[in-house]
Amino acid sequence: MIVVDGDKCTGCGVCVKACSFDALELVGKLAVFDDGKCTYCGVCISACPTDAIDMERKPQTADVSAYKGIWVFAEQNGGKLKNVVFELLGKGKEIAEELGEPLCAVLLGNKLEDLPKVLASYGADKVYMIDGEVFDKYSTDGYKSAISMLITKYKPNILLFGATHVGRDLAPTVAAHLGLGLTADCTGLSIVEDKYLLQTRPAFGGNLMADILTPDTRPQMATVRPNVMKRPEPEEGRECELVSEEFEINPRNIRTEILEVITGMVEGEKPVEEADIIISGGRGVGAPENFDMLKAVARSLKGTIGCSRPVVELGWMPKSRQVGQSGKTVSPTLYMACGISGAIQHRVGIRNSDIIIAINKDREAPIFELANLGVIGDIFKILPLLAQELSKRLSE
Amino acid sequence: MKFVVCVKQVPDTTEVEVNKETGTIIREGVPSILNPFDEFALNVALKVKEKVDAHIVALSMGPPQAEQALKKCLAIGADEAILLSDRAFAGSDTWVTSLVLARAVRKIGDADIIFCGQQAIDGDTAQVGPEMAQHLGLPQVTYMEEVEEVGKSNVICRKETDDGYIRIKCKLPALLACLATSDFEPRIPNIRDIFRAKKKPLHQWNMGDIGGGLEEYGLEGSATQVIKSYAPSERGDCVMVDEPPEAAVKKILEFLSDQGVIG
Repeated sequence: MIVVDGDKCTGCGVCVKACSFDALELVGKLAVFDDGKCTYCGVCISACPTDAIDMERKPQTADVSAYKGIWVFAEQNGGKLKNVVFELLGKGKEIAEELGEPLCAVLLGNKLEDLPKVLASYGADKVYMIDGEVFDKYSTDGYKSAISMLITKYKPNILLFGATHVGRDLAPTVAAHLGLGLTADCTGLSIVEDKYLLQTRPAFGGNLMADILTPDTRPQMATVRPNVMKRPEPEEGRECELVSEEFEINPRNIRTEILEVITGMVEGEKPVEEADIIISGGRGVGAPENFDMLKAVARSLKGTIGCSRPVVELGWMPKSRQVGQSGKTVSPTLYMACGISGAIQHRVGIRNSDIIIAINKDREAPIFELANLGVIGDIFKILPLLAQELSKRLSE
Repeated sequence: MKFVVCVKQVPDTTEVEVNKETGTIIREGVPSILNPFDEFALNVALKVKEKVDAHIVALSMGPPQAEQALKKCLAIGADEAILLSDRAFAGSDTWVTSLVLARAVRKIGDADIIFCGQQAIDGDTAQVGPEMAQHLGLPQVTYMEEVEEVGKSNVICRKETDDGYIRIKCKLPALLACLATSDFEPRIPNIRDIFRAKKKPLHQWNMGDIGGGLEEYGLEGSATQVIKSYAPSERGDCVMVDEPPEAAVKKILEFLSDQGVIG
């Protein structure tokens, strides 16, 4: 329910204009809601200059105080932890210290004895580990059952997953299985009112940011976009408590079977989400072979090639190179956007870059709103010249 | 076989703009479209139907105008459509939305495969599919790009992973959350398709049809709650260079050197 405080409302009408759904009108000097049109998006609450609007939440029912600990799902593949795990441990540590609760990692897989100490060096106080052949490769059924068991047994307060392909398959499965709230693909996490996890995420293709709470269910669950949180420095030799759990699952209860694994990565080429320097091209590059100009610049700077969504849709580049809301989020030292106009969907994927250089013919291109250096010009003239100058410097 | 394809009507987010002062979305003039991932999912279902005998039901939860999206599904090739519309559903988070859809799928009955888009372009959560699979107790394949083979009790699919693809076999009945591939070409319905679609059944269901109590749905039933939404901040400190190519390249090199990217 949306409620308007009649004492605070001045009848200014800001909320009426702010509402995208015509759910508000002014009756005399008071904002009145049409419950039939309201979608509870919360825009009016943020818009109100006198804080007169609030959303009534149902009273807390579950005994949330029984849930303690910040858990991070330590996703690994073939014994190698995903980068996002370290980022989550970094953020998780901050939250754990603020709440005065332990930071724990949840590790599932086969023959993982080396990994707990790695997790400890990145801040984990405790590692819950389930080791077994059946967990060698990720399966929705197997991993869901094991994690649900751990949650039920140890009652964590917060559980974070990387928003990877596995994380976004597993987290909603666990959440629905246990009847828990879950926030997808967060780009910000903090603690409010000393206990709630405030989850911030982009919506409407990145046009809008939303702050979300999970007031009543525990653990508070979120998937977190890779490359957004900062990876902490490891502290070698740091120790942690290891809790090894046995978990039996009949392989027959795993209803999927992997028949073949095909890696899309070219040998020696860095995936775009791990690259330190990215030279990225958009529709303005004009043709797939024109990416050679970008590659020449990338070679001199030891960079990787990225691209925007239209380039993938045109079939010029594989999806694995796509940067943006529906592709990869990146956080390189340098992001060079060539012939990319910079739709919001692309901009949300590059916001965490240290520096952004944009080259575009159109001085009105939205990419310039985000860039540190904006060059108005023709990439077909600038890039070859730049590649030439860079290789000259290299040979000197 | 019976297939259910879950679809959502969404604002075309590539056309959406934000009023930077109020931090709200300008919806005026923004077209409502069938979520592209869902349209792809329907196409996957139709492709499978070319090989096996199947009845396709398009299912959507939304306001009354979401009927337009279902009409499009019927024109593209769905055999029947159901719109789940009730004031009680407004403000539902992904958990509640998936519960509503799952209850409708139960009522439809005997679905062999549930197809849905990997995510909707307005929310981008990618949660409704997997959550639905759990409510229904079904296995799932997310990031599904291609159905290679459909057998009596199994389906073989190609699924995208973080570093490539896997070919995966999944028991039926199952839920497939479909990821549009770059070579996907939407089917454009012609006049005759649209005319034919008018004769296909389009049902309207409300809360009474799927059962459950008011407290389970909408804002009240939702575990997550949006407390605030606002426009994202931009960095906005761009140094502009508008000079001939030689001078522009010089500026880029100076900038790279100042920033320590090159020596």
